[in-house]
Amino acid sequence: MMITRRRALLGAALSISLLATGCSGSDDGDTGGTAATSVSEADVTAALEAGGNITVWAWDTTITKVAADFQTKYPKVKINLVNAGTGNDQYTALQNAITAGTGIPDVAQIEYYALPQFSLAKSVADLNTYGAKSLDGTFTPGTWNSVHAGDKIYGLPIDSGPMALFYNKEVFDKHGIAVPTTWAEYAAAAEKLHTADPKAYITSDSGDAGFTTSLIWQAGGKPYQVNGTEVTVNFGDAGSQKFATEWQKLIEKKLLSPVPGWTDEWYKGLGDGTIATLVTGAWMPSNLEKGAAAANGKWRVAPMPQWEAGGKSTAENGGSSLAIPEKAPNKTLAWAFLKYAAVDEGAQTRIADGAFPATTKHLADPAFQGKEFPYFGGQKVNEVLAASAGQVVTGWSYLPFQVYANSIFSDTVGKAYIGQGNLTDGLKAWQDASVKYGTEQGFTVK
Amino acid sequence: MTRRSWIGWQFTGPFLAVFTLVFLAPIAYSVYLSVFRTRLVGGTTFVGLENYTKALSDPQFWEALGRVSLFLVVQVPIMLGLALLVALAIDSGRLHGAGFFRIAIFLPYAVPAVVAAVMWGFLYGTRFGLVGNINEALGVTLPDPLSPDLILASIGNIVTWEFVGYNMLILYSGLRVVDTALYEAAAIDGAGQFRIVRSIKLPALRGPLVVATVFSIIGSFQLFNEPQILDTLAPNSITTYFTPNIYAYQLSFAGQQINYSATIALIMGVATTVVAYLFQRRSMRGIS
Repeated sequence: MMITRRRALLGAALSISLLATGCSGSDDGDTGGTAATSVSEADVTAALEAGGNITVWAWDTTITKVAADFQTKYPKVKINLVNAGTGNDQYTALQNAITAGTGIPDVAQIEYYALPQFSLAKSVADLNTYGAKSLDGTFTPGTWNSVHAGDKIYGLPIDSGPMALFYNKEVFDKHGIAVPTTWAEYAAAAEKLHTADPKAYITSDSGDAGFTTSLIWQAGGKPYQVNGTEVTVNFGDAGSQKFATEWQKLIEKKLLSPVPGWTDEWYKGLGDGTIATLVTGAWMPSNLEKGAAAANGKWRVAPMPQWEAGGKSTAENGGSSLAIPEKAPNKTLAWAFLKYAAVDEGAQTRIADGAFPATTKHLADPAFQGKEFPYFGGQKVNEVLAASAGQVVTGWSYLPFQVYANSIFSDTVGKAYIGQGNLTDGLKAWQDASVKYGTEQGFTVK
Repeated sequence: MTRRSWIGWQFTGPFLAVFTLVFLAPIAYSVYLSVFRTRLVGGTTFVGLENYTKALSDPQFWEALGRVSLFLVVQVPIMLGLALLVALAIDSGRLHGAGFFRIAIFLPYAVPAVVAAVMWGFLYGTRFGLVGNINEALGVTLPDPLSPDLILASIGNIVTWEFVGYNMLILYSGLRVVDTALYEAAAIDGAGQFRIVRSIKLPALRGPLVVATVFSIIGSFQLFNEPQILDTLAPNSITTYFTPNIYAYQLSFAGQQINYSATIALIMGVATTVVAYLFQRRSMRGIS
């Protein structure tokens, strides 16, 4: 019942000191704060030969094998792989370490939406120092754009989430529902399904910031405009409103299952057909295979429903990069690992483990595209997903304080899902709260 | 004289050192934090009492404080009333298996609050939980305990379940120290059980009741675990400023507003102390 202030502070102090002890004390003489000195490939090779320790913070399970392989290839380098929490938990720990100035990892996994928060504060290093510019064209435009701020590059993409429609074919066939190609058809399918079987829903959504922004992104909305510390938040644009009006219909007719995502109940629903579709990122297949094993052979993947009939626009949902904190003890070795994991052998290793790549080379690889997924009835799922990767609408950006903005999503937009106001009101409230926070944090917000 | 006080310091020294380190230092550090402001753009600046004036005009903070105050005036009397009834029943000597009841009612207190909240979360579920099962079996539609209108009452129910046994134990031990000679005298005077309760037991319980209430005031103001756990089940019902503690947590861990968070924590600390102190002073008036 009670967490005392004392205990909370003690906990914070404790976690900081734990982080401090987790720091690998190695330092190969790489200057921490001063950037701009260019590091050549020869320097990197020399660093790898000299060896040393690096600490990597990542929750992605496919990194484990990459780290092991890297150490086999460069026996003098020791990698201390730490799972410091998933998403927000890890960002909190990272922010604490950066603020404290100790216990900072050499490499950190950071999702695209969270990267601006760290790059703006110059907490992560500009990778141009290491010649990241030369990787132009290596990654899909969407992910490459996501790690840029102006012409500075703050991370290397390790996976991506071009969106697609995952649907339970058995449920669709049973009720004679055609695969929707537009959001209007999707809404019609939602109604048809729920009328035929009151226990079944087209999908579950009780308010998810990532999903909402992705759908607005696909609809061509650009609610966030960021130019350095000048930020504009505007959910009044056409794309945002298109989403708000269309999705509001599904909420009002109670066609969305209120089961929160990633819970046991949710996986159960995906397995037994009561949650019939998911519009989500390309990283979903392995999650379905593991979490909803009961539906083996029943699911299929189709292109994302469109806002205009015949359109070919998609958006990204999720996906992360590896970045190097500005004050990392061993940045040269960190860069060597980054390149290995995101571009070289590591990328292939991760794909074999089920990750969805961000590299154009691997996406176009016939072996990748032609892989048949037994869970999806032998469908060549990657063909659909790779096509989506090429259709991501350009020009989207997240707020430099998106992590915070997402944390208050349920306070504002979430209200629409429990019948207090509608999505347009909710988005407006979200906008106001984001503007307020941005202004308090010293941004020029409009 | 000087030698004697020196010896005294030797005895209290270890305690004072630990007390300063784990109690005074964090508070002092919070005070220090609360007079600065760190921003993503512009860094840290000294702002004096600005965080305090901001907190006092912050509608989210007041909403949170209002909510826990409502919780305090509704849930605490119910919980203590139940605890009192149970303590009197067990103490009456007329209950079969009093020992069993004592343990059974106390047991929920031994369940960690987080586990209790998770468990109740399942019971409250309208789809796969107990509420859902009842709805299905009886063909009724019970109101959703996790809806925004009922969530506070649902949390009150969890807290009551958890802490009735604990308060019962405080009150029961208060009853056990009553001199049995008083009961004998009452019996000789021909007093019935209700007269004994009113004239002997309740007056004897005044002190323990005050203690239990003070604990409950502190507990209510610091409400955190239950709403925080239920938040994953009902994210739209429980805001990030549901209680002052949740608000402070959100400010520092999601918003990086550590300074403002420290301010909220300090204000709540003072508010809790003042309310608890005023209550104690008022209710102990007339007791030597």
